[in-house]
Amino acid sequence: MRPGESRDTPRTPSTPRSSRPLLPDPLWIVTGLITAAYLLFLLSLLGATALHSSPSDLLHALGSRQIRYAFGLSLLSCTLSALLSLLVAVPVGYLLSRGRFPGKAWLDAALDIPIVLPPMVVGLCLLIFFQTPAGKLIEKAIPFTYTIAGVVLAQCVIGTAFAVRTMRGTFDHLSARPEEVAMTLGCSRATAVCRVTLPAASRGMFAAASIAWARSLGEFGPILVFAGATRMKTEVLPTSVWLELSVGNLEAAIAVSLLMVALAVLVLTAVRMAGERL
Amino acid sequence: MIRIENLAWRAGAFGFSGLNLAVPEGRYAVLMGRTGHGKTTLLELLCGLRSPTAGRIWIGPKEITHLPPGQRGIGYVPQDGALFPTHTVADQLAFALRLRRRPETEIHTRVQELSDALGIAHLLTRKPDGLSGGERQRVALGRALAARPQVLLLDEPLSALDDDTREDLMTLLQNVQRATAVTVLHITHHLAEARRLADLLLRLEDGRIHEVPRDA
Repeated sequence: MRPGESRDTPRTPSTPRSSRPLLPDPLWIVTGLITAAYLLFLLSLLGATALHSSPSDLLHALGSRQIRYAFGLSLLSCTLSALLSLLVAVPVGYLLSRGRFPGKAWLDAALDIPIVLPPMVVGLCLLIFFQTPAGKLIEKAIPFTYTIAGVVLAQCVIGTAFAVRTMRGTFDHLSARPEEVAMTLGCSRATAVCRVTLPAASRGMFAAASIAWARSLGEFGPILVFAGATRMKTEVLPTSVWLELSVGNLEAAIAVSLLMVALAVLVLTAVRMAGERL
Repeated sequence: MIRIENLAWRAGAFGFSGLNLAVPEGRYAVLMGRTGHGKTTLLELLCGLRSPTAGRIWIGPKEITHLPPGQRGIGYVPQDGALFPTHTVADQLAFALRLRRRPETEIHTRVQELSDALGIAHLLTRKPDGLSGGERQRVALGRALAARPQVLLLDEPLSALDDDTREDLMTLLQNVQRATAVTVLHITHHLAEARRLADLLLRLEDGRIHEVPRDA
């Protein structure tokens, strides 16, 4: 209110203040410009990469047996690691959201370790763990080091951390009351979770699996260190980019990169469409 | 009937002790009291969603202090109804009976009976997103009554409703209680609502529950 203006003063349409056209708040202008600049930068990166290659180069590179193998292994390993990540993320996310226990803040922080550790270090930690007596015992049942199982495990370590964050957020946004009412109607807590909470969390579960899948698709450092970069064995798409670059085959590296971009866009679209239906 | 003796509960700085209450069978008790004095906690203790630090609770002749929530014979309607988000109205009404593995014909009959009595027969295929506040509370009431509980606990069930809907639901609650003779403990902040519904008016104050004379 301006000095001298009465609180009751009515604002008529004839006052100069109200006849001015409404301008957007400067905050919206600044945030809009920053968003537009950032989006332009991202699109420029993708556009420059796409224009650097020709369709014939792309088809030639994607016809290679090694790259087709890497494509198949990427799809398989990412799907497996996303499902395994979800199996861990649902109970851990539930515990973090609903549980009240001493040391919860420490547990919460500890579960972020794979997110904050440098990717190469995650791979090195996996490699060293499987040289310990406990690790060697596990490897007698399922060999992980330099195998496809190792690719899935390396993807899982990172993917699970992101899926746990998503599931915790999902459970935080769901009221605990319906679950409690279900208990008063005759459910055990586990039955109440299965019959009431998990169906309500289906959208979050789909999002968590998608995030784990997308993270796994781009995973490179831990796989390189722990599972190796052997062609036709543990080669996934990011490994192909690195292998092609290391021998100077830029066209093939670009072709694989564009394939990964296309996969990411496909997953993003599928997530959006499924998210609206769920 | 509902009976509690020397009930105590504590979490950090908040808690109460030595709480006593008796609601005779078939009565409609309304409990009033200031916010933050533990009315909702008391209902959660009766439901078994929280464990008391001391004291005992009976429903009828049976002590239920340490029984799991589902074995107490209690129907519970929380403040917002807390409907199951992905279930249709029919599934919500059938929930308790399906858990008890009752025959489908019996479940169907009970769902029809409840939906007719509560005026929600036209909503059976809807999910909670498509219901108004009053409709949600009717469904929550039906879901709580489906397995014919001995006791009905209502936690401010009318607080978020407009005046007309509240009036309708007060009439409905009275009719339901008379028809089923279920013992009710209803929490509210509204004195007019309490006077209209209660045949036993109680107040929680300074860690004690005492009866308020109807003409006070």
